Amino acid sequence: MRIAVLSGKGGTGKTFVSVNLACAAYKAVYVDCDVEEPNGHLFLKPCITKKEQVKVKVPEVDMSKCTGCRICVDFCKYNALAYINNKLMVFNEICHSCNGCIYLCPEKALKAKERAIGEIEEGISENVTVFTGRLNTGEVSGIPIIKGLIEKLSDEDTVIIDCPPGSACVVMESIRKADYCILVAEPTLFGAHNLSMVYDLVKLFDKPFGVVLNKCMDGENPSEQFCIENKINILSKIPYDEEIGRLNSEGTIVVRADERYHQIFSKILEVIS
Amino acid sequence: MKVSVPLENKSLESPVCQSFGRTPLFALVDTESCAVEYLDNSAAASQGGAGIKAAQMIVDSSAKVVITYRLGQNAADVLNAANIEVYKAQDGTVIENIEKWKEGKLSLLDDIHPGFHNYGGM
Repeated sequence: MRIAVLSGKGGTGKTFVSVNLACAAYKAVYVDCDVEEPNGHLFLKPCITKKEQVKVKVPEVDMSKCTGCRICVDFCKYNALAYINNKLMVFNEICHSCNGCIYLCPEKALKAKERAIGEIEEGISENVTVFTGRLNTGEVSGIPIIKGLIEKLSDEDTVIIDCPPGSACVVMESIRKADYCILVAEPTLFGAHNLSMVYDLVKLFDKPFGVVLNKCMDGENPSEQFCIENKINILSKIPYDEEIGRLNSEGTIVVRADERYHQIFSKILEVIS
Repeated sequence: MKVSVPLENKSLESPVCQSFGRTPLFALVDTESCAVEYLDNSAAASQGGAGIKAAQMIVDSSAKVVITYRLGQNAADVLNAANIEVYKAQDGTVIENIEKWKEGKLSLLDDIHPGFHNYGGM
């Protein structure tokens, strides 16, 4: 079963929930799709077994063949090409690697060139196989890396997908193949607003889902209110606990350190499966 | 010489648009003949790379000078490749900015921003 963990904003506890779910399982695969700033590895500290580059194809022009017809320039919906002073300019960072320009060039002046944009790291942390995607600094889109990560997953394992924050394309790519989505939310008005955004997203993708209310305190919880109003299944309420904060700041995984938390996360897994 | 300025409405009395790539219009003013042309910016609604497409249009319009508040790195690369000079707009209307440029009172734009890439300027 593939479980994606997402939230409308950063800092709600996606990685906290993902890492602890993976560790509470008998055996699991943890996938860090937050490729701009992967941090699950800081807790899991995997022993790295494999590293590979992720490459995308971008067009390269042979100016001796280019006649300046601009078919490629006009075709590109992302405007990754410009024709200036009888020269074709290619903006690699903007290219989405559709290869349409190469296909359409009547002079065959364009060919595909591979370009590395990041890497995928594989490792082991006790009962958890860890995949970490990492986008190179300055690159615009992490989608090819997320696609590469998702391709590596088998159907049998318990897979925990730690998504990037928000509800944009990178999150959609991360949850596309998920069987279940866990939405993590904070007990604030801002948290409830962000929860409503990912709620809309998982409904749009028609995914079964539930909410983990994190950092719960006494008093009002706008995110919980939102769940009740929309009849959303609350999987768990994790209390605001300074001990969690302390363990987290030391890079300790709470289910490996504290039996109480092992029970909380085991129960979430039970409820879902 | 043709000078191009991003603007909101088809009037030289309107202010310079804050955006280059996603301005709705460009004014193209021939400083010798005083002829004025308005170009619809087809890049305004682009998913991405609006600056590149807008800059391509300016290059094709045979403008030699651009007056703008801001410019992204990619658009700057295109304009540079075509040897177009870019000046920093000052508060005021398009025509006031063109007059200031004629008097040599505008400075070259040197703070090129890295761009608002991805998903239409998030």
